[in-house]
Order: sequence, then C-alpha cells, then structure tokens
Amino acid sequence: MSAILVIAEHRGGALREATLEALGAALGLAGGDGRVVTALLADDPAPLAEPLQGCTHALRRVRHPDLAHYNPELYLPVLADIITALQPAAVLMPHSSQGLDLAPALAGRLGLPLYTDCTDLEFCDGRFTIRRPVYGGKVSQELALRPADTWVFTLQGGAFEPAEPGAADTKTEDTTLTDLAPRHGRVFLEQIESALEDVDIAAADILVSVGRGIGGPDNIPLAQELADHLGATLSCSRPVADQGWLPKSRQVGTSGKTVKPKLYIALGISGAFQHQAGMKNSGTIIAVNQDPRAPIFQVAHYGIVEDLFKVLPLLGERLAG
Amino acid sequence: MDILVLVKNVPEAAQADLEITDDGSAVDTDDLVFAINEWDNYAVEEAVRLKEAHGGTVTLLTLGDCEAEDVLRRGLAMGGNRAVHICDDDLEAGEPAAVVEAMAKVLAGESFDLILAGVQSSDMGHGQSAVLLAQRLGLPHATMAVGLAIDGDQVEVVRELEANTSERVRLPLPAVITVQSGINQPRYVSIMGIRKVRKIAVELHELEDLDLAATEAGASLVSRRKLFMPQAGQGAEILTGSLEEVCDQAAAIIREKGGLA
Ligand SMILES: Cc1cc2nc3c(=O)[nH]c(=O)nc-3n(C[C@H](O)[C@H](O)[C@H](O)COP(=O)(O)OP(=O)(O)OC[C@H]3O[C@@H](n4cnc5c(N)ncnc54)[C@H](O)[C@@H]3O)c2cc1C
Ligand SMILES: Nc1ncnc2c1ncn2[C@@H]1O[C@H](COP(=O)(O)O)[C@@H](O)[C@H]1O
Repeated sequence: MSAILVIAEHRGGALREATLEALGAALGLAGGDGRVVTALLADDPAPLAEPLQGCTHALRRVRHPDLAHYNPELYLPVLADIITALQPAAVLMPHSSQGLDLAPALAGRLGLPLYTDCTDLEFCDGRFTIRRPVYGGKVSQELALRPADTWVFTLQGGAFEPAEPGAADTKTEDTTLTDLAPRHGRVFLEQIESALEDVDIAAADILVSVGRGIGGPDNIPLAQELADHLGATLSCSRPVADQGWLPKSRQVGTSGKTVKPKLYIALGISGAFQHQAGMKNSGTIIAVNQDPRAPIFQVAHYGIVEDLFKVLPLLGERLAG
Repeated sequence: MDILVLVKNVPEAAQADLEITDDGSAVDTDDLVFAINEWDNYAVEEAVRLKEAHGGTVTLLTLGDCEAEDVLRRGLAMGGNRAVHICDDDLEAGEPAAVVEAMAKVLAGESFDLILAGVQSSDMGHGQSAVLLAQRLGLPHATMAVGLAIDGDQVEVVRELEANTSERVRLPLPAVITVQSGINQPRYVSIMGIRKVRKIAVELHELEDLDLAATEAGASLVSRRKLFMPQAGQGAEILTGSLEEVCDQAAAIIREKGGLA
C-alpha cells in the first residue's frame, strides 16, 4: 500500500503521547510492507523527535520559528506540500484539540474525505473500514468507506496501542523554512495553565463523582453526604462543571483531570469517552446509572442499574458510622 | 456585527432506550425526543450576548427535517433576529461535507462578520462541519472557544486544550468559531418566549432545489454502515437483587475496595 502519514503533536516543548498511539495505528495499517511517514513541524524539532526514533520509517522534520506552537494556517501549506508529494493512503492524527482544529481544515482545503474519532481502522483490498462511537458512546458505528486517494482520520485517545521503538528504522529528513505566514492572519498569543485550585482531585484515594444525572445543584449535598461517610472527595463530569454545580477544578476527563483513585463511584454519569479517558484506570469503579446501556458500564467493575436517588440514602445508611 | 449561528436539532440519547433500525444501519429516531444540540445552545447564547454588546443581528441556520424548525424558534426566543431552514429528511444524518455544501449554497451572496457553531453534534460527533464550512467560504477558523472577545476587526479566542490548559489566539474577522460547552450560562427559554417570536417568518429552502451535485449528496463516502450496541451492562458485574440487597453488596464492595474499616 502507499504510505501512511502521521501528524505529530507537541506542546510546551514535549511530544504528546497521542502521537505514539497514532503511530501504533499507522504501523498496524501499514503491515509488513507499508511505510509510515511522520511529519513533525516545530521551531526546534530535534529534541521532540527523540521518542519517535524507531517508531516510524521516515521522519520529516520541518523547522520554522513560528512553528513553536500549533497554528492551522501555518500547518496547512506545509502539510499540503507533503501530502501532494507523498500521496499517502491515509493521514492520521489524534482526536485532540489540535486534531479537531486541523483535520477538517486539511480535509476541506485539499478536498479529502475525513472521519473523526476512530476507535478501529482496517485496510483491506484498498478499502478502509473504521469504527467510531456515535450518540455519546452508546452506539458504535462500523463504516466501510469508499476508496479515495487519501483518507484523513482522527483517532480517539487510548483506542490504539502506542508504537514501541524498534518497530521501524527511522530515516530523518530535515527542512528549514524561511517563508511561512498565516493565510488569514490567525496568530498564537499565549498558553494558559489552569488557575490554582481548591482541591486536587487527582490526589484523592476515593472519589464520589457526579454527572448530569444528579439533576441540579440542590442535589449535590446528597452526594457530598456519601462522600463524607467515605472520607471521599467530590468530583464530576463536564456538564456539572459547565453549569457551575461544582467548580471546574472537580472535572474528570480529557479537558479536566486524569484521576486514578483506589475507588471511583460514578453517579449519573453516562461515560462518554472524554470522561472515561480521565478515570478508566481507577482501582475499582462502581457506577450507578438507571440506563443499563450507559457506556460507563463498559469500564466499571461493578454496576448498579437504578435511580441514584433511591440508592444514595440507602447506601449512605450502610456506610454511616 | 452580523452573526450566523449553526444550530442542529438532535435526538436526546443519554436517557433514551435506543434501538437500531431493521437494516442495522442507523438508530431509530422515530420515538426519540429532539432538542437543540447542547454545544449549539452555548453558541446561540454567545451570539446573542455579542449582539447585545456590539449591536447587529443574529441569524440562525439549521439543516434538518420539518421538526428542526423548533431549534430555530428557540434561537429566536433567545434573541435571534432571523432564521433560515434548509429542509431535508435524509441529509441531517449525512456526511458533513454534504451538509456544508448545502449550507454554502444557501449562504451564497450573504455576508457575516462571525459564524458560530458547536464543537460537535452530540448524535454523530463529527466535530468537522463548521471548520469545513470555514474552508469552503475561505474564512479563518478557531475551534473549542471557552472565551471570545471582539476587538475591532479581530476576535480573540481562548481555545480549550487538554488537561485544564488553554491557549489564546487572535484571528481577523470574518471568522468561523466553534463554541465549547461552559463558555457561558445560556438563558432560559420559556414557552411564552417562543410564542412571542411566532410572527417571525422562517426562510425555507428545500434541499432538492439546491441542485447539489451527485457527488456531494448523501452518504457518498460510505458504502456500508452497521451499528453495534453493546449488550446491556456489558463489562461491569451488575449487582442484582432488591434495592436493599444491591445496596448491601455495594456497601461491602466499597468497604473492601476503599479500604474502610
Ligand atoms: C472536546 C471535548 C472535551 C470534553 N471533555 C470532557 C471532560 O473532560 N470530562 C467530561 O466528563 N466530559 C467531557 N466532554 C463531554 C462529554 O462528551 C459528555 O458530553 C459528558 O461527559 C456527559 O456528561 P454526563 O455523563 O454527566 O451527562 P449525560 O451524558 O447527559 O449522562 C447523564 C447520565 O445520567 C443518567 N441518569 C439520569 N438520571 C439518573 C438517575 N436519577 N439515576 C441514575 N442515573 C441517572 C442517565 O442515564 C445518563 O447516562 C467533552 C466533550 C468535548 C467535545
Ligand atoms: N444539520 C445541521 N444543521 C445546523 N448546524 C449543523 C448541522 N450539522 C452540524 N451543524 C453545526 O456544526 C457543528 C458541528 O457538527 P458536527 O460536525 O456534525 O459534529 C454543530 O454543533 C452545529 O453547530
């Protein structure tokens, strides 16, 4: 097959782990005879490139001072050149804040077909078959895709095993660009780290975590009561933080915190992958949800299919004192 | 400041008992309750606030079946001025490229200072329609805004990144921006509020009149689709028995796994 192109992702001077997952997926697609090419765009690519050694057949390092930070208007012309020359069967990148910003722009600019948030990729007889979640992860969609010269895919975090060094002999090719300007004028200004927090949920041994199923801010004390019995900390899913029922610092998930407590009790959380990614490595996960098909049960060890408002008082009683 | 907001009518799935159609290719949405896509609600609120601060108009655009008019009415009740409906039964679950092509056709000849959309639709989760539209219209874009400020003929966007990190970027107007949940607290919409805007006429376009090229229409990227629903409770050990028994078991597990005395 023709090559698979992976777009490397970096932030704050470090390569992002999701890049290695994309490489794992790419090596899987390429099989024994295919080639994986990685594009790394940065101000100083060399130190970022180290974890890629042995994980890709070819490494294109593209250097320009303005590539210190991701900017689609700088990435697009560089990637367009690489793709036009390479004619890869697929372009892979993480389904991340960068991938969601870049992949559709690339697809739109070059007229390439795109599917996002893939959890499974297969290439057989010149055709891709993919899997991706729909309806918040309650349903998985398998799509047999029509052939195209180049497909673009973004990959769900955690869905693919990261590539291990030794998988390929890496040949590096360097390009230093002199002219590179944003097409419209989008500019990066600054990166902002989260403000100081009231509690660090990542440090808690036990988390009682509430989702939209808690219904409203008036019911938070019910969960707090259970947490008090257990000496646990309260955490939450995104909608709970979005609506201000709990502070943002309590949010578990890709855009919040990754936690790994001994015990994680999920109350009224559906379990979208952005949430799962932040908690699925917890020691023991107990989920209470009245929907037996809620995706949270796919990562929970124990499940209670019940109305949480019936469970909370009874459970509290048994754990009191 | 003239703002366009893309709003999609989506089935509420989190609470629903979903069923797959007989041919296995789609979720049967006949019995589901539809509402405005969660992310789009934040986008409408942001648009109305910008209009309140800077003057101008807010236009709402949806592509969907007849019922999709509900999300337009809701947007008007929140403070929108104008509503455009591309009416179609099939394309709403179709490929973003086709949706965007239809939108671009309808928008030809119009100009906006800002186009807002949601980060993703909660049903299909593509997260690509708005950025595709930006490319189609030749406009700059930024996704996942958790903050947005107009500064003359530019807009400053705080983009959410991973792990409690964000970045500030600036782009020239006109631009396309996708709005992340939590950027604001959307106002409450009452039945009375929706009644008040009933006199505003919705501009209707039939998809079939838009003359989309055959290659752009429908699910042309996919030759076969098959949906899988995990078995109920697949994965976890589901505790069974009466409510009391279930809570007894759960308490025992919590004591053991939580290391409580
Ligand atoms: C870029 C991006 C980043 C994101 N980052 C995050 C993140 O970091 N963290 C995160 O959590 N989400 C994140 N999300 C959002 C995520 O996609 C989901 O929308 C969100 O996790 C859903 O939260 P929820 O489970 O609380 O709500 P819902 O999906 O609405 O689920 C509510 C659940 O409660 C159950 N329920 C309702 N009432 C009861 C009751 N009485 N008893 C028992 N069960 C009940 C329902 O059956 C349902 O399963 C992100 C999304 C995007 C696009
Ligand atoms: N059929 C539609 N009608 C109106 N807006 C849409 C439609 N499809 C997508 N959008 C907009 O594009 C955003 C991203 O959708 P998607 O690419 O489908 O995940 C949504 O949040 C909407 O703002």
